[in-house]
Amino acid sequence: MASTPHDLDNLVAQKYQHGFVTDIESDTVPPGLDEDLIRLISAKKKEPQFLLDWRLKSYRHWQTMQEPHWAHVRYPAIDYQSISYYSAPKAKTDGPKTLADVDPKLLATYDKLGVPLHERARLAGVAVDAVFDSVSVATTFKDRLSRAGVVFCPFSEAVQAHPELIEQYLGSVVPTTDNFYAALNSAVFTDGSFVYIPKGVRCPMELSTYFRINAANTGQFERTLIIADEGSHVSYLEGCTAPMRDENQLHAAVVELVALTDATIKYSTVQNWYPGDENGLGGIYNFVTKRGECRGDRSRISWTQVETGSAITWKYPSCVLLGNHSVGEFYSVAVANHYQQADTGTKMIHIGKNTRSTIVSKGISAGHANNSYRGLVKVATSAEGARNYTQCDSLLMGSECGAYTFPYIEVKNPSATVEHEATTSKIGEDQLFYCLQRGLSQEDAINMIVNGFCKSVFKELPMEFAVEAQNLLAVSLEGAVG
Amino acid sequence: MTTNTQNAAILEITDLSAEINGRAILKSLNLHVRAGEVHAIMGPNGAGKSTLSQVLAGRQSYAVTAGSVLFRGENLLSLPPEERARRGLFLGFQYPVEIPGVNNVYLLKAALNAKRKQAGLPEVDAFEFLGLVREKMQLMQMDESFLSRGVNEGFSGGEKKRNEILQMAVLEPVLAILDETDSGLDIDALKVVANGVTSLRRHDRAILLVTHYQRLLDYITPDYVHVLMDGKILKSGTASLAHELEARGYDWVREEAANK
Repeated sequence: MASTPHDLDNLVAQKYQHGFVTDIESDTVPPGLDEDLIRLISAKKKEPQFLLDWRLKSYRHWQTMQEPHWAHVRYPAIDYQSISYYSAPKAKTDGPKTLADVDPKLLATYDKLGVPLHERARLAGVAVDAVFDSVSVATTFKDRLSRAGVVFCPFSEAVQAHPELIEQYLGSVVPTTDNFYAALNSAVFTDGSFVYIPKGVRCPMELSTYFRINAANTGQFERTLIIADEGSHVSYLEGCTAPMRDENQLHAAVVELVALTDATIKYSTVQNWYPGDENGLGGIYNFVTKRGECRGDRSRISWTQVETGSAITWKYPSCVLLGNHSVGEFYSVAVANHYQQADTGTKMIHIGKNTRSTIVSKGISAGHANNSYRGLVKVATSAEGARNYTQCDSLLMGSECGAYTFPYIEVKNPSATVEHEATTSKIGEDQLFYCLQRGLSQEDAINMIVNGFCKSVFKELPMEFAVEAQNLLAVSLEGAVG
Repeated sequence: MTTNTQNAAILEITDLSAEINGRAILKSLNLHVRAGEVHAIMGPNGAGKSTLSQVLAGRQSYAVTAGSVLFRGENLLSLPPEERARRGLFLGFQYPVEIPGVNNVYLLKAALNAKRKQAGLPEVDAFEFLGLVREKMQLMQMDESFLSRGVNEGFSGGEKKRNEILQMAVLEPVLAILDETDSGLDIDALKVVANGVTSLRRHDRAILLVTHYQRLLDYITPDYVHVLMDGKILKSGTASLAHELEARGYDWVREEAANK
């Protein structure tokens, strides 16, 4: 029986607000994948030989691999030959040097997305490396960052400027052979972000990248590498949106984080890729490999994610805790509405002594969506005194959706402490009625209850993004109770 | 807002029938409540007391099959629950629900502002609001920490009920329906809650006390006592009826009604 006097089904159909297509001449290669294409990408990017070799090695390995099907998601087979692997907006000159050189249509697109490229960005303290399809077109505040010695630039630029860092660290956290999608990404990635924080430097501002898939039928394979040298500190945020398309688009990114001794990396994601329409048509397949390695003692890596988009999400930001006393954290809010499918969680691999990890996962399911938490806590024999705390809560809205929890725990050291708490609750007809009886509107009541449920994750987000995340949640779930 | 509304009709229930999942609970119930009055609705378990509270507050899982309810002359049954609340109908819940992560004070402020908006008043500012809440909290002997805790989160039974009366004090309803407000309270908590309610008696406000036991009425003397049995009001009287029920139970009321 319905929980409120409104006809909620009418309210469920909240339209995706970022569904526009920018009409720019694209430099797009025809669909298809072979070694020639990889050579073409590498040549277009004027890459050094080691990188081409690395791509080809990845490609050859990928050809021997099978697409994984263990996740709790369903989708038709992907034809990897029908995807175009390279799409770049055509530059008027060799490449934009300043914002004035950037295609005004592109800037208008960012404007609609609310990406703070101009002066307001500086006021907000946000430096943005905007990735439009495959090529980064504008990077702000590079000067201020470079004065601090921080390198924050498009990946392809880093390949030219800092090849030694790329060669040393690329693939050192997520090897090319790691999994099907990571191997594919390693072969065909086109751009992404690169961050290097030198020894002892506290990055003077939040670093932020907005990714956006624009051209139809292009896979986006970005590659992000963040290195925090000894004693450094950085907070990084990625936000994602994609325009509305009827066909499904593949997004297979790889993110690698390296934290050396006493370094801290805080990586926050607000993901709002197009989820498909209310009938499950279209939407992004988000198959992403994100992993951080706490290489040094007392290092710390913290993942915070708010996932409201994508037709399918397959993503497990993980921490490998190598250094003694290193800390890994994972805070996640994953929302699935309509016919979205999310299989997400984390892996915490304890190897160093006295390593600690915290997992807080909040899954919200509405409509016909399925939301799964999948997490691994592994304590190696070497990890004397390791501790993990996992809290995994699911909230169901309506009766057609599902929530699943798949916790895997492997402990090989008897001194370890591993705690796991899990709850599943239905968004209460009782809670909702209580709020209505106090005079709140249906929408306000749902926002309040859901935000309360997510509070322990939102407080981990940088302030301005916490507000964005709350708004996003409100839009994603409007009227989702019925 | 009403001033001088002594004896104005607040609630007029006429031949009200309601069911849940096809099972009839209320069967042609009649009840009239005027401003300034306190009515106690008593009855055995399963008589329909809570159903009456829920139907008046607009819970949709109950279907009204017949009858009418006027709230200050307006058709109450056509309004969604939030509109009923904004017009001054307050339900003190028998089992106040926990809403984890939502600040008690945040809900309270949102509730007050929803009501003020309805009345065409500006939103209350934070400073003014805190002053108001602190004053009401003293009345309910609640300490500051209540404000920052999650709504009813980890509250004891007594704390939850005190929190309900605090909300009532802040929202200043025209009609307060208190559903089994005394259940689960020890004697000290009962006194605090009862004193809170008594202090909220006003000439322009009506209170409906829904209760199973007479003990609450030792502290709040009602103007009228009604016996709700078999889905209707079988007998009405004054405060002394509550004592009679305490002494004799409920069965005689049914027999008496049958012999009429």
